[in-house]
Amino acid sequence: MAEKVLMKGNEAIAEAAIRAGCRHYFGYPITPQTEVAAYMAKRMPKIGGTFLQAESEISAINMVYGVAGTGKRVMTSSSSPGISLKQEGISYIAGADLPALIVNVQRGGPGLGGIQPSQSDYFQSTKGGGHGDYRLIVLAPESVQEMADMTALAFELAEKYRMPAMLLADGTMGQMMEPVELPEENINTVDMPWAVTGTEMKREHNIINSLYLKPEELEQKNIERYERYKVIEANEARYESFMMDDAEYCVVAFGIAARVAKNAVVAARKEGIKVGMIRPITLWPFPKEALCAAADKVKAFISVELSMGQMIEDIRLATECKKPVELCNRVGGMIPTPEEVLAKIREVKGGSN
Amino acid sequence: MDNNTVKRITLFCGHYGSGKTNIAVNYALHLRKNGFPVSIADIDIVNPYFRTKDSLSELEDAGVEVIALPFANTSVDLPSMPSEVYGLVQSREKYVIMDIGGDDRGAYALGRFAPAIADENNYDMFFVANFYRPLTRTASEALEVLREIECASHLKFTGIVNNSNIGRETTAEDVLKTYAEAQELSRISGLPLRFTTAEEGIAQKLPEVFSLKLQSKIF
Repeated sequence: MAEKVLMKGNEAIAEAAIRAGCRHYFGYPITPQTEVAAYMAKRMPKIGGTFLQAESEISAINMVYGVAGTGKRVMTSSSSPGISLKQEGISYIAGADLPALIVNVQRGGPGLGGIQPSQSDYFQSTKGGGHGDYRLIVLAPESVQEMADMTALAFELAEKYRMPAMLLADGTMGQMMEPVELPEENINTVDMPWAVTGTEMKREHNIINSLYLKPEELEQKNIERYERYKVIEANEARYESFMMDDAEYCVVAFGIAARVAKNAVVAARKEGIKVGMIRPITLWPFPKEALCAAADKVKAFISVELSMGQMIEDIRLATECKKPVELCNRVGGMIPTPEEVLAKIREVKGGSN
Repeated sequence: MDNNTVKRITLFCGHYGSGKTNIAVNYALHLRKNGFPVSIADIDIVNPYFRTKDSLSELEDAGVEVIALPFANTSVDLPSMPSEVYGLVQSREKYVIMDIGGDDRGAYALGRFAPAIADENNYDMFFVANFYRPLTRTASEALEVLREIECASHLKFTGIVNNSNIGRETTAEDVLKTYAEAQELSRISGLPLRFTTAEEGIAQKLPEVFSLKLQSKIF
């Protein structure tokens, strides 16, 4: 076992990416994710990597697009307004079927919003913030340790399925310091015969492109991509189930909200309320089956979110509206306290007796 | 810590997240308790979170003057310098603790005051080291950061503070394990190890360790 070090979430992402073999980082500073860039700026020159602060987010994501075409591990990071600027490039990367890691350390929105934590980019991340039919694999860590572990996982999944992956964190987790056991240097990768690596006059050119002017061809590309998405939905949905065995109520929360909600669940159990939690770890693919199965057992769901209720729609879809889904939320940079979540659990229990 | 050796200005610098703010706040309270007229100035222009101002009421209640930006803790991410800091440096009256931003980037802000501080020559500049931080795991890595800060601030360090910890999981054993590395940093930098710090629960278990009451925002 490696010895633990004390790291900020943002630093853990950067170090884990380096350990996963990422040697290309392009970004533009924005609070609260700036430490990712600062860490890369310090480390990359020492290990023969590239750190480049682009002139804008749009440049940075297009640099990511370029390196992704060569099959090298590449990433960018930003926070909500910066991720909005990157959407065109993300759509191009998805349209060209390229792996890349995009990190969003969310802050309050819309617009410039604020610099305090938020989860209100859920729609943007899971429903396709850019144009066209496409998906991102979206991973939602709840600790500094998971930020490190999921960075490596995001690269692996992106390469396996040839698509961009997003690590969706928030300002709290980006800034907070926790002990972390860094992953060993380990590069699990796959063959990339599609990559632009030089033909050496031995093969046809590989072409990286998202432009298909013949509609039949573009239709076919989209259909093929969605066949791949079906495989991902069947195989890659990840979640944590907490105290769900005998649960009559199910809290659903991810990331920082799940951390808060877990305390509330434990407190509610002490009061004799049979409540558990399902924590989606992948937001896309959403753990539909787990929620659908829970819907046959519990009386109600409570979605705890740092948004006006964006994930609640996916919970209702996954559970086919079999049981009521209540919302417990704070927004704009505010975080619900465990007491607020506990009060909601009590309220929902009271209402269903 | 010997009250007779306290310099008029004490500067806490170091790597990001090494514990500068917590130590500066506790050190200011310690000096105040020992009868010094103390001001604490937050000149972190790098990170808008985790500020001296988080301990505002505690400091003011103890009689420590707090110099911080009106923007601090308002989420206005606008790096700038409180104008009162110029007065504190130049008046040569009160004892001043300065909390500097992390790394060389944070230390650039100190450069503005370096000529006046060096001219008066009544200062301590402490390098805060946490050997559990990933970029300062060893004495030689810490020395690199130390020298970068000296270049950026145009001031020379006068001592080292060992604040090694791994957050709330820290044990006394974890702190003890870093003593050798701190001694090594002292040897290769030529700077004395001035004191060791730890969270109050741990400090009780270790001889001659400066006890820290931590600012905390734990979720």
